[in-house]
Amino acid sequence: MSSSDTLEVDTLIDDPETRVIVCCGSGGVGKTTTSAALALRAAERGRQVVVLTIDPARRLAQALGVDELSNDPAPVPDAEGELAAMMLDMRRTFDEMVQGHAPPEKAQKIIENPFYQVISSSFSGTQEYMAMEKLGQLVAAGTWDLVVVDTPPSRSALDFLDAPQRMSRFLDGRMIKLLAAPARAGGRGLRKIVEAGFGLFARAVSTIIGGQMLQDASAFVQAFDTLFGGFADRAEKTYALLRSPGTAFLVVAAPEPDALREAAYFTDRLSAEDMPLAGLVLNRTHPVLAPVSAARARAAAEQVGGPGSQIAAAVLRLHADRVELHQREEHLLTRFSAAHPSVSVVRVPALAGDIADLDGLRRVGGLLAEGAVRGAEEPGATSRAQGAS
Amino acid sequence: MVSGKGGTGKTTVAAALALAMATGGKRVLLVEVEGRQGIAQVFDTAPLPYEERRIAVAAGGGEVRALAVDSEAALLEYFEMFYRLGMAGRTLRRMGAIEFATTLAPGLRDVLLTGKAKECVTRTGADGRPAYDAVVLDAPPTGRLVTFLDVTKAMADLAKVGPIHGQAEGVNQLIHSPLTAVHLVTLLSDLPVTETLDTVAELERADIGTGAVVVNRMREQWLPDRSVTAAAGGRVDASRIRNGLSSAGLELAPAEIDGLVAETVEHAVAVAGETAALGRLDTEPDPPLSRLTLPNLLSGVDLGALYELAESLTEQGVRVEARR
Repeated sequence: MSSSDTLEVDTLIDDPETRVIVCCGSGGVGKTTTSAALALRAAERGRQVVVLTIDPARRLAQALGVDELSNDPAPVPDAEGELAAMMLDMRRTFDEMVQGHAPPEKAQKIIENPFYQVISSSFSGTQEYMAMEKLGQLVAAGTWDLVVVDTPPSRSALDFLDAPQRMSRFLDGRMIKLLAAPARAGGRGLRKIVEAGFGLFARAVSTIIGGQMLQDASAFVQAFDTLFGGFADRAEKTYALLRSPGTAFLVVAAPEPDALREAAYFTDRLSAEDMPLAGLVLNRTHPVLAPVSAARARAAAEQVGGPGSQIAAAVLRLHADRVELHQREEHLLTRFSAAHPSVSVVRVPALAGDIADLDGLRRVGGLLAEGAVRGAEEPGATSRAQGAS
Repeated sequence: MVSGKGGTGKTTVAAALALAMATGGKRVLLVEVEGRQGIAQVFDTAPLPYEERRIAVAAGGGEVRALAVDSEAALLEYFEMFYRLGMAGRTLRRMGAIEFATTLAPGLRDVLLTGKAKECVTRTGADGRPAYDAVVLDAPPTGRLVTFLDVTKAMADLAKVGPIHGQAEGVNQLIHSPLTAVHLVTLLSDLPVTETLDTVAELERADIGTGAVVVNRMREQWLPDRSVTAAAGGRVDASRIRNGLSSAGLELAPAEIDGLVAETVEHAVAVAGETAALGRLDTEPDPPLSRLTLPNLLSGVDLGALYELAESLTEQGVRVEARR
């Protein structure tokens, strides 16, 4: 058993001081489902909630009524209480940002620039940057008293925090200016070497990627230069929002070494940045539902006889497998908790099949809130025969 | 090449595949390209530098070397070769200039990565024989795979002449030759199987050869086939189970029996899903691809388990064929 506290999800979402919940974690751990389930539960408990999803699986998107890209929140049909949902359209968010900061003619010029099109669609940090921007907009709108954010499906949870800065580094144009006009005379020492190197580098780059792209980039930077300050201010404000007490980060993981390693990195990073971590959501666990050890079950499977022996042996063996899986999961969690004892944890047992409707989300929400330690330690507390159906 | 939907275990499979191919005295290079240090984690070693080094010894005297290709380092390597940047190169890298250049032309990064892999494939030793009997590339996940391999498209971003252009043409030839096969790792559930089949079709359109489908983490099925459907529907006869357990001296309280029943239902739902997924792989594409299966290791994959997986692949016929 790990020694960490249980994360009280209902306390978190019921607290009117909680204004923003950010669900982070590496890809494939169920972040989107967790965000949607939390948002639905909060709405049905009386909050006015908007959930920003990034890349939901199709059926989940349909359940939320966001199966077409709208880039604006729309009410979720069939949710009790007040829940709106939206799916991030990063290209449109970026376009709107440009349009909001520049006169129409200039905005148009920027949007048509081929370099802008590369940056706004395929730069690896754009999605994270735009998720932050949208989060800022949703909070500023004041229509909702709780904003739940899913984060982009990046490999590393840290990308969410790092991408905006990486993006800024590109957009501030220092590099492009150097590339476009590298030949400045009169350097000394190291600077001279670097600048000479840069001249060569610029030549090498244009040999390889062609001069046209560099020209586009340079035109983009000139047009973008006056907008940059406004962009940077906004990013700064969103960062401040993430650090404010109304924000709660939830780190989402699955009981696997990679996912928990990422969760650990992210936890450390949040504490280094003074960002408020509410706890760890450990998805897809396999609690043991009967107090029989793996060894005992395997031994008994060899001894059964008479009517029912075949099914009994099968049940004992699948139980033994499950106990071993559970032990591995608890071992991984114990390692995490040993290094991060102050992080409270909630385990969400694996459900069979994909979550594809609001009832599925309600069930996940219920499991999130149930929170109590489930497992062989508490036999009898878990008659969940319906849990898998 | 080994690819698969994220989370299916493609790095583990690539590592096991490299070990299996090295069995019997072969020399195999395992390459990763995403800067994830996934190979180091699978083999439980320190992060790999940008150089080929021995990472494991295979049964029968073979060896696996590993290389973590870093696109920035690869680009600097080219610049070094053709432009002699010297010390400035490193400074430029620190300034983010290299990252900037690969962002200007996203295809450039991929060409650099596949270019390095190609160099390893075609390299020959002093005796004129290939330096490696096989090169296993832990490729990007299926979502980005075909873009990654579509060198022709990437070259559209690049200048029409120059050193990298020539390199890209060579890569293109190699990828479309019979020397290259893409193996796809999947789990037996809906989304990964759908993504696998989509990728097979995509690869075919791109004229790239698909190898095997590797079904990873195949669950042990304990229930008799005929009971699975009923159990998945929640129909499990608790009294039969209680009688069976009694015969082995296990007397459990009703709530505990209920727990076992719930576990059985979950197991049956999962097994039924896996059977349906296998059924799809049996019929799609037509004719179906060859298939390899790897067991679900309950205690996780450590180095010992990796050898077990490799052995399983060897038993299923994985080996290096003579190259001509």
